[in-house]
Amino acid sequence: MAFINKNHFWPGIILFLLIIPLITNSNYLLSILIIIGLYTIIVQGLGILMGYAGQISFGHAAFFGLGAYTVAILTTRFHSPTVLALLGAALLPGVIAALIGRPTLKLQELYLALATLGFGLLVHIGFTEGMELTGGPSGIAGIPYLSVGSFVFDSDIKFFYLVAGILILLSAGIKGLIESRVGRALRAIRESEHAAETAGIDTAALKLQAFIFSALLAGLAGGLYAYYITFISPSPFSFHASVQFVLMAVVGGLGTFVGPLLGAAMVVALGEFLRWAIPVVIPNAGGEYQIIFFGLILVVLMIFQPEGLGALGKRLKPATQKLPGEGYSTKIEAEKEGGL
Amino acid sequence: MLLKIEGLTKIFGGITAAKDICCQVNEGNIFALIGPNGAGKTTIFNLITGMLKPDGGTIAIDGKELIGLKPYQIAAAGITRTFQNLQLFGDMTVLENVITGAYLKGKTGFIKSMLPLPGKSREDLRIKEEARALLKDIGLEKAAGIPAATLPFGQQRLLEIARAMASGPRLLLLDEPAAGLNSMETKELAGYLMQLRSQGLTMLLIEHDVETVMEVADRIMVLNFGCAICEGTPAEIQRDPAVIKAYLGEDGNVA
Repeated sequence: MAFINKNHFWPGIILFLLIIPLITNSNYLLSILIIIGLYTIIVQGLGILMGYAGQISFGHAAFFGLGAYTVAILTTRFHSPTVLALLGAALLPGVIAALIGRPTLKLQELYLALATLGFGLLVHIGFTEGMELTGGPSGIAGIPYLSVGSFVFDSDIKFFYLVAGILILLSAGIKGLIESRVGRALRAIRESEHAAETAGIDTAALKLQAFIFSALLAGLAGGLYAYYITFISPSPFSFHASVQFVLMAVVGGLGTFVGPLLGAAMVVALGEFLRWAIPVVIPNAGGEYQIIFFGLILVVLMIFQPEGLGALGKRLKPATQKLPGEGYSTKIEAEKEGGL
Repeated sequence: MLLKIEGLTKIFGGITAAKDICCQVNEGNIFALIGPNGAGKTTIFNLITGMLKPDGGTIAIDGKELIGLKPYQIAAAGITRTFQNLQLFGDMTVLENVITGAYLKGKTGFIKSMLPLPGKSREDLRIKEEARALLKDIGLEKAAGIPAATLPFGQQRLLEIARAMASGPRLLLLDEPAAGLNSMETKELAGYLMQLRSQGLTMLLIEHDVETVMEVADRIMVLNFGCAICEGTPAEIQRDPAVIKAYLGEDGNVA
């Protein structure tokens, strides 16, 4: 890795991603990248919740879905302006997260996981059964494109740049968050809740804020998803999707900055690859084979790279660079030997 | 008088961990709690810092009642602590540990931290400078960048105290700071505590190492089975027959 200047590495990758639409005509590739981008928005929020605050949510597909349905219902039933509906798509999950999180985050450990699991299942049932409002299993069609003033995001390329722009702004914001007092406080909660409290950190409030933030982002991604696909049904918002989001966060690496993008890309790309590869190898294979291979590959990945893909760089660095206080530990040992 | 405890009682099931504890700690003093294992020393710390709810009694700092406040609110009132089983943020660097200890000195909130605002970095810089000064006090300024978990044990203990000091406390609760330290490290620790006292810090100290306690404490309270059996200066404690019987052994030889 020595030949890559670290300061140019990520800007280089981003620049490369940004010019992809200009060098390819493949709408398939572009649509995959857009979906990866939308998932990355969700996983960035989830990454703050899981990797920094140390909480887990199995209900983020529900927030994603609530965002999508908010846009679908507001635009098709109430003809609300599209930007306003997108705002609603982010706010509604945020408000609901506040209501669920308040009682559950005062308790420790896995209560949030259980509460969000139940909540996710409930919301999914609501989408399927709420015939009049949600269109039931067949969903809602005819969602308009997102438009800002007279500019309409009606093509894959335009949408790609919209998602990319949001991601870049969001990444900058999250970088600020992680490196701030708030980011350190969240990490402190993960490492020792008692010590965090004695340092004056209101752990319950901060965990709640992280949860609300992650729900807002999932809702925003859901709203964008609805504008992109222009048709929604309950199936992308099931418990299975919630698990996938958690998976993306873990595969990418908890507590790492680039993890969400890598995790979302890996899981989406793997899914697409298996969908193509398995019928080639096993002609009569059903969908369950995909899940089996998916699971296998992820288990292997977790065995060999348990810290996630985002931590790969750390491992590649030579060991001597790991300790800025180089020579320090040897000095201590020398002192000890002399002292005893 | 900085800290005033009256009638503090805590019962776990049938066991009385603290029974009718009363004490007053003067500003700038080191007040030690000693007693055999299970005497209720750490319970008293947990009650003062709000980690346990008492079954009776009052705790006040500067006349401000603390019962019913959450641990983080008690920290904001100027009371912080260290832990018997270290509770460092192991994955964070040594410097980050101390900076996180100064959480109360910052103002940046969740949303503000994500926006590019100029005031933010000024606040960060000031807190970082203060944290470096604290590391210098405990001789760890060269280790600032390494993960806290990789420090030798004795220095982890010192770091935990420095982290507690970063919040600028009025009262510091030290739970067996010398446990697991060798004699050289213990001397270093005692030196640091005396330095903190000379800066006017008030401390509550739980310690098994009698020699250290006698050396640094202004006043000592001896606990046994949740009850305070004696309170006084180190000299008074060493003469007290009840203490000699319960704690120091029948022959009364100190250390």
